[in-house]
Amino acid sequence: MGDLGALMHGFSVILTPMNLALMLVGIVLGVLIGVLPGLGGANGVAILLPLTFTMPPTSAIIMLSCIYWGALFGGAITSILFNIPGEPWSVATTFDGYPMAQQGRAGEALTAAFTSSFVGALVAVLMITFLAPLVAGFALKFGSPEFFAVYLLTFCSFVGMGRGSAAKTLVSMALGFALASVGMDTVTGQLRLTFGQAELMRGFDFLIAVIGLFGIGEILLSMEEGLQFSGKSARIDPRVVLDTWKKLPRYWVTSLRSAAVGIWMGITPGGATPASFMSYGLAKKMSRTGAKFGTGEIEGVVAPETAAHAAGTSALLPMLALGIPGSPTAAVLLGGLLIWGLQPGPLLFVEQKDFVWGLIASMYLSNVVGLIVVLSTVPLFAAILRIPFSIIAPVIIVICAIGAYTVHNAMLDVWFMMGFGVVGYVFKKLDIPLAPLVLALVLGDKAEDSFRQAMLMSQGSLGILWANPLVGSITTLALLLLAWPLLSRAVARLRPAG
Amino acid sequence: MENERQSDAGTRPSGLGTWAVQTCVGAVLLGLAVVVMVESRKLGAGWTDDGPGAGYFPFFIGLILAVASAGMIYDALSGKTDRTEIFVNPQKLRRVLSILGPALLYVLAVQLAGLYLASAVYIALFMRLLGKYSWLRSLLVALAVTGVFFCLFELWFRVPLFKGSLAPLGR
Repeated sequence: MGDLGALMHGFSVILTPMNLALMLVGIVLGVLIGVLPGLGGANGVAILLPLTFTMPPTSAIIMLSCIYWGALFGGAITSILFNIPGEPWSVATTFDGYPMAQQGRAGEALTAAFTSSFVGALVAVLMITFLAPLVAGFALKFGSPEFFAVYLLTFCSFVGMGRGSAAKTLVSMALGFALASVGMDTVTGQLRLTFGQAELMRGFDFLIAVIGLFGIGEILLSMEEGLQFSGKSARIDPRVVLDTWKKLPRYWVTSLRSAAVGIWMGITPGGATPASFMSYGLAKKMSRTGAKFGTGEIEGVVAPETAAHAAGTSALLPMLALGIPGSPTAAVLLGGLLIWGLQPGPLLFVEQKDFVWGLIASMYLSNVVGLIVVLSTVPLFAAILRIPFSIIAPVIIVICAIGAYTVHNAMLDVWFMMGFGVVGYVFKKLDIPLAPLVLALVLGDKAEDSFRQAMLMSQGSLGILWANPLVGSITTLALLLLAWPLLSRAVARLRPAG
Repeated sequence: MENERQSDAGTRPSGLGTWAVQTCVGAVLLGLAVVVMVESRKLGAGWTDDGPGAGYFPFFIGLILAVASAGMIYDALSGKTDRTEIFVNPQKLRRVLSILGPALLYVLAVQLAGLYLASAVYIALFMRLLGKYSWLRSLLVALAVTGVFFCLFELWFRVPLFKGSLAPLGR
């Protein structure tokens, strides 16, 4: 198959000493980021993004995606040892991971978590290898109406499938779009919502929003409980690793099911967090030992970790092939691609083969390297968390400030970051989801552009969104998802009680 | 969470109600939405010869934001939100402010004195006042961390960071 040839070519692109070194650096940084609060996956990648401006795009994205990988792995460490999820998608890992650590089986739990992550990511990368070119080829037929329909689908599924109040999701999304429209209008050149302030001409950068919302906001939130971090110690004994590896194949059904859930959630705008919860819930229902979940069942660690990593990885597929990120971190990576002048979407596969296949090849390699790194350095990372909060907290804030500043060399952005931090804190406490805000901020301009192009083509008629079967089906699906909460409530009422 | 339950057992939970905060936030966002809609009208929210005007899309965004914010306010006031849920109690608020306040002062310090100086002072003061470390230790850690950043950014990455009024001293 031509794709395997392209993949081999991709490997040759990445197997340079510099790229391999960056890979290692990226993974270590990523695990560190995943372990520390306030420096999550999306946030960490956002902070380090401006530093990669001087690197060639292929090397830069390799390092950034390795950071992403490392963060996926790292989140499990704090969940299992400290009962503190380092990432939102590691929350489900605490349910059974921490009890296992409390029973002295921390090494087993960590091995299970890392190996499941590896498997989940591997399945997802295999899927990407074979599906991405197909999707890209398919997407070459997309015109403005089709693209807008896909954006519509993305956002409607957030509203329809999200847990929690639809009003709050809409608020978050609309706010993101509103922030995205501040600045110069790309079509007419007019200044929008700048109120005469020259600094607002640039608009709000999504990187600043991400660092503020997910970084500062997270720190403010964790401060509520005070400055305490006490956890179980762990050393990973090679014997424990081998023993656990012998046990894991028993759960292959759970693994496959979780990987499938993860892939689905990653491609659609669900992301790793809902994937991990859903997978845990499913495993609990379907397992023979389901009743014991929560007391230290190894399956309870396998399910969420496989799903979370499969989701995190497959979120990159729509990002690469369609230009639609499936998660906030993928959104940041997308932003990075745009900054480097690479246009994600079907043309990327045609015009930038080296880049795309180099990235995909690096996913395989960094997955393997990541597993090895993480199995061997757990005690080191666990020790870092014992550094008292009163030292770590200001350092993290300094890092965030530096990150915000280096985006545009503007101090105003650092102030905005603090503002976003407060917003992130308040929103999280009010259960207003942040992901729609970030996605709207990243995609807002593009969604608007495709809408306007479509309207131009149709001379103002919305009918163009149903002009052909492809567009029509996507649009209809979008509206169905939007109305889903209302529909399901109506159906429930029609069914007789009991 | 468990601390919360223990300390609240038998006493009326004190603090700001979630429903109140949701109403306030909803009101602020509603105001924002109105501003967006008004500004969009000024830009031209209708159709021009070149297609939708610059204000077309933002106007509808503002509309959606307004409706959704109103929905949030309604949810909060009509009792859909649990009235007893507390947004934040005084102890938690104090802890959050104890990190937010200094952080804001830090950014102000960065604006005035540049990033390196402000960061060193910030870390040292934080360690001393909140972590109760000795002055010596706080200063050592602060200088070490800031030193690492200096090497990292100025020398290795060659990304010059903000120096505020100390800029003339730099390159």
